[in-house]
Amino acid sequence: MRNLFRRALPLVTGDAAQEAAPDLWVRCGRCRELLYTREWEAAHRVCAKCGFHARLSVADRLAHLLDAGSWHERDANLRPSDPLGFAPPGRPSYVDKLAAEARESGQTEAAVYGHGTIDGIPVVLAILDMAYFAGTLGAVVGEKVARAFELGIAERCAVVVVSASGGARQQEGVVALVQMAKAAAAVQALAGARLPYVSILTDPTLGGVTASFATLGDCILAEPGAVIGFAGPRIIEQTTGEKLPPGAQTAEFQLAHGMVDLVVARRDQKAAVARVIRLLLDGTAATVVAPGAPEPAATGTNGTSFATSPTVAQVTR
Amino acid sequence: MTLLLDFEKPVGDLRARLETVERDYATDPTDELGRLRADLTLDLANRTRAIYQSLTPWQTVQVARHPLRPQTLDYAIGMCTEFVEFHGDRAFGDDRAIVGGPARINGRAVVLVGQQRGRETRERLDRNFGSPHPEGYRKAHRLFQMAAKFGLPVVTMMDTPGASPGLGDEERGQGWALAANLAALATLPVPIVCVVIGEGNSGGALAIGVGDRFLMLEHAIFSVASPEAAASIVWKDAKHAPHAADALKLTAPDLLRLHLIDRIVPEPVGGAHGDPSGTITSLRAVLDEELARLAAMPVAELVASRYAKYRRIGSWFEQGGAPS
Repeated sequence: MRNLFRRALPLVTGDAAQEAAPDLWVRCGRCRELLYTREWEAAHRVCAKCGFHARLSVADRLAHLLDAGSWHERDANLRPSDPLGFAPPGRPSYVDKLAAEARESGQTEAAVYGHGTIDGIPVVLAILDMAYFAGTLGAVVGEKVARAFELGIAERCAVVVVSASGGARQQEGVVALVQMAKAAAAVQALAGARLPYVSILTDPTLGGVTASFATLGDCILAEPGAVIGFAGPRIIEQTTGEKLPPGAQTAEFQLAHGMVDLVVARRDQKAAVARVIRLLLDGTAATVVAPGAPEPAATGTNGTSFATSPTVAQVTR
Repeated sequence: MTLLLDFEKPVGDLRARLETVERDYATDPTDELGRLRADLTLDLANRTRAIYQSLTPWQTVQVARHPLRPQTLDYAIGMCTEFVEFHGDRAFGDDRAIVGGPARINGRAVVLVGQQRGRETRERLDRNFGSPHPEGYRKAHRLFQMAAKFGLPVVTMMDTPGASPGLGDEERGQGWALAANLAALATLPVPIVCVVIGEGNSGGALAIGVGDRFLMLEHAIFSVASPEAAASIVWKDAKHAPHAADALKLTAPDLLRLHLIDRIVPEPVGGAHGDPSGTITSLRAVLDEELARLAAMPVAELVASRYAKYRRIGSWFEQGGAPS
């Protein structure tokens, strides 16, 4: 019977691949406990037995962080291009790879951004998506993240970014690399407007994303068990021959080393984010409009303005 | 000391023959030997020029990594009338893979920060082959803040295989250190000129490579990752590094064409390693010109145009529209 189960049941490895599986039961990717799918989904894919946080789709992430019905995506029409003409011998061209990624993930890029409310507080939210091209940072992801910060400035609200990424997208070369600088500059622009930025690090957050906007939050939250680091474990072992001790580069390791503020279970994240933003916006800076803050770039036509929503000051007082 | 790259072999043979002829001519200055000497000299110059005009990207990588290529401290000594090397990040240690301090170039005081790979084995080990640890980036950060405090322009020199990827680096927050530098440079209220003098790979280069002007020496490379690292990601095999070097568009002419860098600093024929002092002189003249131009800009305008410069970099389609 056990063997039968093992064959028939999808293993929760953290990929969104088994998302469509209508199975009644799933098996935890860490402790291998059998979990009732409906309960597991209701717990935002956290194992009831061991607390393992499986990876979430963007839709699931939105559902657990934002107030129901508050999400308005912006610039969903941005599509990747092929700036280098990347088509090396013996490997699929970047253009072909993009088509395959879109087909397999059902997504058009590795990030979304938009606005919504968390506990009634208006926020701009950007989410990176491991399901598409391993969440890699290319021009579209960089542009969406930068626009998210500029939208935060324009609307004078906090920005929340949920990171999950394998790093910079090699196929865009220096264009991808420079997105790190572009996104960091946008974080600085928000900081100049003295608006809060909460960064949520999820499994995995690596490479160029860790070395840019993901680690520049006023508050950095991490999901339990998430792998977070600059060089991935494989690169460390290959380059230095060092064997990583168990638990290295987890959220808890980063907390112990002073790199993140909080490790927060998924079910508590919404309340934690709301509390931090409320507290930070209750200082005197919130009412000061920073002079000389850069104008946001022109955005696409998919967004809806939320200029009519209550200001943060109104919500918090 | 001669260190010939594979594709330099024909030049090396010619140079050896020329040296023999010159020795003979010194003792026996016949017309015939004189003519031979002149022919060989011309031939050598032409062959060198031909080779260096048509380097493949992978050959450029070899030139960029050449052990005799000038490094940051060579420029500091060769082009600065004064340079005081500052040490330490005031928190953990002194990383010898990043050097820097106040300096004077053509009368102008600046803060110079650069990566230093080292040359002899012991020095290379001491400097971790130019792969900085977090404390190196934090030393750079401290020097950037000092430059801002005193209104000194910043000159950075990139020459690194990438940021160091060890367990200790992770424990001390390598990603955090890199990100903090990107943020600091984005709004630093002084002119910043960045130059890739050798190899400029990944976030490890970028963390001292954000500024108002981004220059590359003619045979330097600038890349999202080392060709070996990119090959092990894209091909799952580092042996494909030459293919990766082709595909990544990491040479100065390619990056200028893609509008990803601002200017190429020409190297003497035969590369910087063949004529270090010529290279240093050439870069000093370019830096002088760039710093003079930036010094004339009001700080607010400088920082705003830096933001706009980085904000523009990217390439995408809007569905149903044209690429932007």
